Amino acid sequence: MFKKDSFVHPYIPNSVPRIKAEMLREIGVKDVEELYIEIPEKLRFKRKLNIPGPILSEYELKSKIMKILSKNVTCEDYLNFIGAGCWQHYVPAVCDEIISRAEFLTAYGGEVYADTGKYQAFFEFQSQMGELLRMEAVSLPVYSWGAAAAFAIRMASRIVRKNEVLVPRTIAPERLSTIRTFCGPDNLPSQIILKMVDYNKIDGQLDLSDLKKKISSKTAAIYFENPSYLGFIETKGKEISEIANQNGSLSIVGVDPLSLGVLEPPSNYGADIIVGTIQPLGVHMNCGGGTGGFIATRDEEKYVVEYPSLLVSITNTSQAGEYGFGYCTWDRTSYMGRDENGKIKEGSKDFTGTISNLWAIAAAVYMSLMGPQGFKEIGETIIEKTHYAINLISDIPGVKTIFSSNSFKEFIVNFDATGKSVKEINQSLLKYKIFGGKDISQDFPELGENALYCITEIHSQKDLEKLAYALKEVLQ
Amino acid sequence: MTKDIKIRNYHAPVWSEPIIMELSQKGQRGILVPQSEKEIKKQVGQASQYIPSDMQRRELPQLPELAQPQVIRHYEHLAQQTLGMEMNIDISQGTCTMKYSPKVNEILASKIQEIHPYQDVDTIQGILEIIYKLDLCLREISGMDQFTFQPGGGAHATFTNSCIMRAYHDMNGELAQRNEVITTMFSHPCDTASPRTAGFKVITLMPDENGYPDLEALKAACSKHTAGLMITNPEDTGIYNPKIEEYVKAVHDVGGLCFYDQANLNGVMGIARAKEAGFDACHFNLHKTFSSPHGCMGPACGAYGTTKALEPFLPTPIVSFDGGKYHLDYNLPNSIGKVREFFGNVEVFIKSFAWILSMGPDGLVEAAQASVINNNYLSKLLLAIPGVVKHYAEGKVRLDQVRFSWEKLKEDTGIGTEEVQNRMVDFGIQSYHTSHHPYIVPEPFTPEPCETYSKEDCEYWAAVLKQISHEAYTNPEIVRNAPHNSSIHKLNKENLDNPEKWAMTWRAYQRKWKNKIG
Repeated sequence: MFKKDSFVHPYIPNSVPRIKAEMLREIGVKDVEELYIEIPEKLRFKRKLNIPGPILSEYELKSKIMKILSKNVTCEDYLNFIGAGCWQHYVPAVCDEIISRAEFLTAYGGEVYADTGKYQAFFEFQSQMGELLRMEAVSLPVYSWGAAAAFAIRMASRIVRKNEVLVPRTIAPERLSTIRTFCGPDNLPSQIILKMVDYNKIDGQLDLSDLKKKISSKTAAIYFENPSYLGFIETKGKEISEIANQNGSLSIVGVDPLSLGVLEPPSNYGADIIVGTIQPLGVHMNCGGGTGGFIATRDEEKYVVEYPSLLVSITNTSQAGEYGFGYCTWDRTSYMGRDENGKIKEGSKDFTGTISNLWAIAAAVYMSLMGPQGFKEIGETIIEKTHYAINLISDIPGVKTIFSSNSFKEFIVNFDATGKSVKEINQSLLKYKIFGGKDISQDFPELGENALYCITEIHSQKDLEKLAYALKEVLQ
Repeated sequence: MTKDIKIRNYHAPVWSEPIIMELSQKGQRGILVPQSEKEIKKQVGQASQYIPSDMQRRELPQLPELAQPQVIRHYEHLAQQTLGMEMNIDISQGTCTMKYSPKVNEILASKIQEIHPYQDVDTIQGILEIIYKLDLCLREISGMDQFTFQPGGGAHATFTNSCIMRAYHDMNGELAQRNEVITTMFSHPCDTASPRTAGFKVITLMPDENGYPDLEALKAACSKHTAGLMITNPEDTGIYNPKIEEYVKAVHDVGGLCFYDQANLNGVMGIARAKEAGFDACHFNLHKTFSSPHGCMGPACGAYGTTKALEPFLPTPIVSFDGGKYHLDYNLPNSIGKVREFFGNVEVFIKSFAWILSMGPDGLVEAAQASVINNNYLSKLLLAIPGVVKHYAEGKVRLDQVRFSWEKLKEDTGIGTEEVQNRMVDFGIQSYHTSHHPYIVPEPFTPEPCETYSKEDCEYWAAVLKQISHEAYTNPEIVRNAPHNSSIHKLNKENLDNPEKWAMTWRAYQRKWKNKIG
């Protein structure tokens, strides 16, 4: 063992030598090394770790990390028009306040008698999502929208007992990649095959003739999105769901929940499973760390028993009129996946674990603050500002927007006629302190030099005009 | 050690808090949102004209309507009715390492809230620097060669590992043949569930009479079908398996890969590493060992590291450094793809990096040692309590935790571990983690007194169990009917598995319990 420096650390009460010595004496050993006797000598790490620190004063630690973080530019420093599944919406101060409460921030997997309020907050997250989605069963979050879609696809495959799923070509590449990871691999029999459905080149809508060509007796589900990754509203939701159902397949719809004050919830056009991300509901972008996927279905046993994720149910208690809470059908979770001989229990579904429940609490607070009117107004504001931006940008010579006649908050800007690449344009926009839309030219090469722009309620008319001005300057 | 400890008189807050929908008052607003400027409205007209009519929402969502003070009061009541780690001596949640999450790190992490993952890399150099340097720290702590931080939790990391095993054997043209993963009963249940989700058959080895995974059974299970091993050490029992190298060798000998589930590294930080034991990969839960707060179960991170040989299979991107600038590297030829969108829970990385810097190499070892000392001290106190026994490995020193048993208490009094668990809450102590299922150790409980807890904390925690044991022998009804001082009373659990009664939403509850909604 190397000689280590001894210091009293503020995070370690028993680092005081006197206390340590007393405890070792009580345990009956002379040296802490005697407690590591089970680790064979050759497996011991003998030198000092080559890592920085310790930075013992909190002030110096804070200064050091702040200095590194100051190398970042935030979307408060620059005007941001990037979305693509992680969106800059306003996060009410009350959301931050509640999830900063140490009771929530530092709780973990405690049981309901200790963590009653946590369970109720989870139930209220599910309940309010249920109102937005018009669905009666909603689970706690999974890792991301892509993970939610993947788990929903796996649920559908088990329910229908088929192993092909149709997915739109307009899906986000990272989301698709996540789904593939969960549905693979090619050489094991459990694979779920993804078949891509083409889109209409005029308006981006799912190509129904291609859909009808590809749907078959093997199809477990059709997955589509509303609004789509490319921003437009998929208008034929009802028809797509009917095609699925007539074929004995399920309809899975991915949705931006913030759109649901103005857009019809997918349950009203035939969705059997709804998924999406809770990030727009009061969670900061956190450089992509604000993600959390949701899964919702009708409250039917055949769906409920297929969820991999945790479901909080309300119940009663021994006290009349008192609410209690607990996990519904706990036996289907991976925590209960083994029997006493180590054999897999077939009733356990995929896996769950520590995911992003704090964000579910933020989302619950957000939905309570916004209420029905808030969702309606924010949806209207976003659509109005988006179409104002579309008009401004379309007026720039050589620039056009595509698939944008019914955009919700995102739309494609095409720069083909400018002779400049999105990469160059976005570089130049940085000089105007603007983050231009996400470059999707590599992802959808058939559409040309394109950027996916995102407008939300946080953009003022001036911001949009500044963008149009900067684009004009950059393209000159 | 035989100090008289005064047990505090505790009662949880009881707010009898209604469900938020019941607090709704039509017309109230919790927050107002920006409206479009007049000129925008004038130019673009009604928002509804951009939504095809059959896609317009017909009925507004029936969300609650409350003013801001009423919203915050409601959620603050719910917070108060939650026994967070900071509120109590949370030695209870063993295997989870409920350590202190320094407040300063929350402030630091908040600086990246308004950053988008697709910003130009020149504008996120600070974040990339932290990811890169955190990677270097974890490489040194594990002996691995490259980490990914994309997995959003421990089970997500074991799933990532399963996918990497899959891709590795696929590249070698052996996946159809290598379709079995081996794990052990005292490794986390996700080590069975996640490879199964990835498409593998899973063999779970039972412990031998000493509590170690059975080496002979492992050797018998190893074959040309073996894709790999996923194992914890020390396992949940706190017993370090000194022959771990032999287990790794047996699997390597048949061409399998070996993954070390180090979700909880706490007892062996800077003491022993995955590399020296021969592993190909490992993972650390940043929300456990590396101090990021648990957040009611996330956001979290299962940082996953591999040797050079498996690096090309990692999810993209990883962060690289050219000496002047940090880059996002998507060029991993055999990458399994994404396990989620974006880079992972970046806010968690920042907290863990700050924590590692605050500890330094000596601090990490100090923390490991303090946790092992605490555990052995607490163990001595607990084994002196009537009814508590410890199974397996007689005479062997346990590391950071022990799986104890109330088997004796149950025999003597009829009171078992779940009743004790319910009673603990009456003393303001988080209900302890019994064990993962199934219970191999009868009537189990698994405390983990990590370095956060003082000698007095250990003594108090033990004193509470001693009090409950005393009650079980003298007045068992008080334990059987617990909790008495919680925010709620005895739960009706039958409804939770009854399709006629379970309700995940207020909508479902209204329909099933009151028939108010159609």
